[in-house]
Amino acid sequence: MSGSDNKWIGENTIRPDGADKVTGRAAFAADTSMPGMIWGKVLRSPHAHAVIKGIDTSKAEALPGVKAVMTAADIVDFPTDTPVALGIQDMRWMCRNVMAREKALFHGHPVAAVAAMTEAIAAEACKLIEVDYEVLPHAIEIDDALAPDAPILHDFIEFEGKPSNIAGTIEHTKGDVEAGFAEADVVIERDFTTRPVHQGYIEPHACLVSVASDNKTTIWSSSQGQFMVRAMVGLLTGLTQSDIRAIPAEIGGGFGGKTIVYLEPLATILSKKSGRPVKMTMTREEVMRASGPTSGSKSTIKIGVKKDGTITAAEGIYWLQAGGLPGAPVRGAVGCALAPYDIANGHTLGYDVVCNRSKVAAYRAPGAPIGAFGVECVIDELAEAIGMDPLDLRLKNAAREGTQAVHGPTYPVMGYVESLTSAKAHEHYNAPLGPNQGRGVASGFWFNAGGESSAQVNITEDGNVVVTTGHPDIGGSRAGIANICAELLGIDYKRISVLIGDTATIGFSNLTGGSRVLFASSMVVTESTKNIIRTLCELAAKIWDIDPDAVEWEDGAARPAGANAGQFDPLTLAELAARANETGGPIGAGAQVNTTGAEGGFGTHICDVEVDPELGIARVIRYTVLQDVGRAVHPAYVEGQMQGGAAQAIGWALNEEYLYDKDGKVDNPGFLDYRMPVASDLPMLDTHIIEIPNPKHPQGVRGVGEVPLVPGLSAVRNAVYNAIGIRFNDLPLSPPRILAALDVREAAE
Amino acid sequence: MAKLHISTTINGEPEEFLCTPDETMLDVLRNQLDLTGAKEGCGSGDCGACSITLDGTLVCSCLMLAAEAEGKKITTIEGMAEGETLHPLQQKFLEEAALQCGICTPGMLIAAKALLDENPDPTETEVRFWLAGNLCRCTGYDKIIRAVLDTAADMRGAA
Ligand code: FES
Ligand code: FES
Repeated sequence: MSGSDNKWIGENTIRPDGADKVTGRAAFAADTSMPGMIWGKVLRSPHAHAVIKGIDTSKAEALPGVKAVMTAADIVDFPTDTPVALGIQDMRWMCRNVMAREKALFHGHPVAAVAAMTEAIAAEACKLIEVDYEVLPHAIEIDDALAPDAPILHDFIEFEGKPSNIAGTIEHTKGDVEAGFAEADVVIERDFTTRPVHQGYIEPHACLVSVASDNKTTIWSSSQGQFMVRAMVGLLTGLTQSDIRAIPAEIGGGFGGKTIVYLEPLATILSKKSGRPVKMTMTREEVMRASGPTSGSKSTIKIGVKKDGTITAAEGIYWLQAGGLPGAPVRGAVGCALAPYDIANGHTLGYDVVCNRSKVAAYRAPGAPIGAFGVECVIDELAEAIGMDPLDLRLKNAAREGTQAVHGPTYPVMGYVESLTSAKAHEHYNAPLGPNQGRGVASGFWFNAGGESSAQVNITEDGNVVVTTGHPDIGGSRAGIANICAELLGIDYKRISVLIGDTATIGFSNLTGGSRVLFASSMVVTESTKNIIRTLCELAAKIWDIDPDAVEWEDGAARPAGANAGQFDPLTLAELAARANETGGPIGAGAQVNTTGAEGGFGTHICDVEVDPELGIARVIRYTVLQDVGRAVHPAYVEGQMQGGAAQAIGWALNEEYLYDKDGKVDNPGFLDYRMPVASDLPMLDTHIIEIPNPKHPQGVRGVGEVPLVPGLSAVRNAVYNAIGIRFNDLPLSPPRILAALDVREAAE
Repeated sequence: MAKLHISTTINGEPEEFLCTPDETMLDVLRNQLDLTGAKEGCGSGDCGACSITLDGTLVCSCLMLAAEAEGKKITTIEGMAEGETLHPLQQKFLEEAALQCGICTPGMLIAAKALLDENPDPTETEVRFWLAGNLCRCTGYDKIIRAVLDTAADMRGAA
């Protein structure tokens, strides 16, 4: 589809939910209340690792105002020896994550919950619950969890025949790396670490749940998938899915962290027990302690090149923290690490390591930034070693159409090379740098995702359009849908309302995640809209008494297709809608598809930093994100994804990290000490959109949102190297770390 | 705890409520007065999602005791538009896609308006430092900063 013919695709239209969001009317998860509603609160483990020998809730139950108390005994148990998969989650781990069962696995792990007339009474009651803990030694860092005498978190996990904290591995092999390294002129091998970081959504987890006496259950919550909420709550509480109506509240950020449930099953059980609607919200401290950050990691990366820049072999071995239960994003790390390159001999291997911190949840391109970090740093070092421009070294080895990736697939047409050539030609890449300033580049890949989506498109009696899809809109996807539907129907986008349906009003739709929403939902909306256009043409044919094939839809009206079809005035959508009853009845169409064809996404980042040698502060002073997005249906929200991802990468690279005290307790569970980028930390974030349409999508869309987090960690780190000549292989590049390195160098000089 | 009787003005209308001495303004706005536009992102004064103005001064309502509202004038996001007409900042945020999830937006708008009331011609750096207490995790701030600067320019042009 060529851009120039489009009226609405590619336009920065006003989002359908915009006015509600700038006036405070949009209802986020914590904004809804119900008559008779009471408040729930969670009692959390004060220990990082402890056996729960008994829980006495009698004193809490006796407190006036308390209406219900629950523990893990109220949640459906999934035995540890039988996997029960739900998407990428396993209910064995989910049932133990929402509430500690045999053991508390991290400081902040829920052990009981109370519902009471006020939040204060519920909190008071939590203090009256007596838990008999047998405190165990804990292991948080990867090296602690892998030590020969490490405390073993789960006796059901074995690795190489022995009890272990290694819960699984994923490996990709192509060619023969040893032979490849033997061919290389230069081989560089380095060790890297990244710290666990939180998704950092500004809206804490919250929900309101009403279970009526007939088990009819309504859940308002902020999640990346109302159908995920329904399924998980059903499985964890024993309610049937048809009794559960999960209503997606507006979601105040997720970035992957809201792809699982925390509070919803607890509030459901408390509501059932109390006979009242129950509202629960997490404090920021609870979010930081007990909702999923992404993994910390360590890795060893080894890459060999010939003098002409050809990569002969590459290997990456990764260890990722899973938290208290298995499930680190190993696939993203080992799959994406080498994906931008055409490498004859490649090997990646990743270990899923359980440890005493909260179970990780997805975070934007889960695992991929960890995978790319060391690889993109070593490539930078290799470029210097052989005297080649780092973009040229990437170009020399860039994956293209037909390249077979180390992780398996053979690529279709895609725009990685274009991201590199555009970067090379970009004014930013060629701009002069001042003292203490440096420039770094890096690339990254994300798989993107298809999967199940549903849509319903209805024509109103007055000839306008209501589109319902099943995906929470986390970054403006409704605006993209409005553009596509307006384009197909040939009408003003303002005549189209785009809504997110709940689990009772729209068909199954998979999560908002993996950069799949606009890709998948535009496929089902396109199919539905095309069916409607066919119906409209049939109605016009009936009115004109001609063959439906002799009618075409153009510019919002049915018209005779050519002179042979007859001479009739066009019939507009409004005119056809007004006559719908006489010509056939209500006009609407739906589609439910398991979408495929979401091809991977690639991007390249250019970062300039200035390092203050006195304070050790590295400031990003210029940043450019270049990415193949397939087709930018709503360019401003595409840019927004690229900018938001880059900002998160800058935070991860420079400042963000979890700190633990000696008892395994998070020491910085708030925004003051867990330092995410604020407005004064960042420059404008420039974007360069590349559009190489995805041939497998009606509008050419590729996922956008995940890729821009992937290259950023290394782009920042390579820029710091370029500024001060020190290669940091451990994140974050916080002022104390930079100062220490500068001091070491000074002492050596 | 005995409740206090507070008389105040919210978005130009007289308002009375009862609160305990330790209750925050944010809790009263959200839980009693149905003004849920102010959000609780942290409850500790670090995110700005709960921003309101108190006699024209920007405050975090999570750090303000509800009892402090006595005799004062409060403005929340619900009072920013003039009837059907959005404030120029609200309109510009929509036109320039300065929001993604929108949870930070009410606080950003209240804070940005407080800035422009005080300084109609801020530099980019001044906007960035003024809004440094309002966290946004979605946008990387770029479009927010541009929207504030563009609104300021428009408003100066119109004045
Ligand atoms: S909720 Fe008040 S500053 Fe975050
Ligand atoms: S738009 Fe989501 S936090 Fe700002």
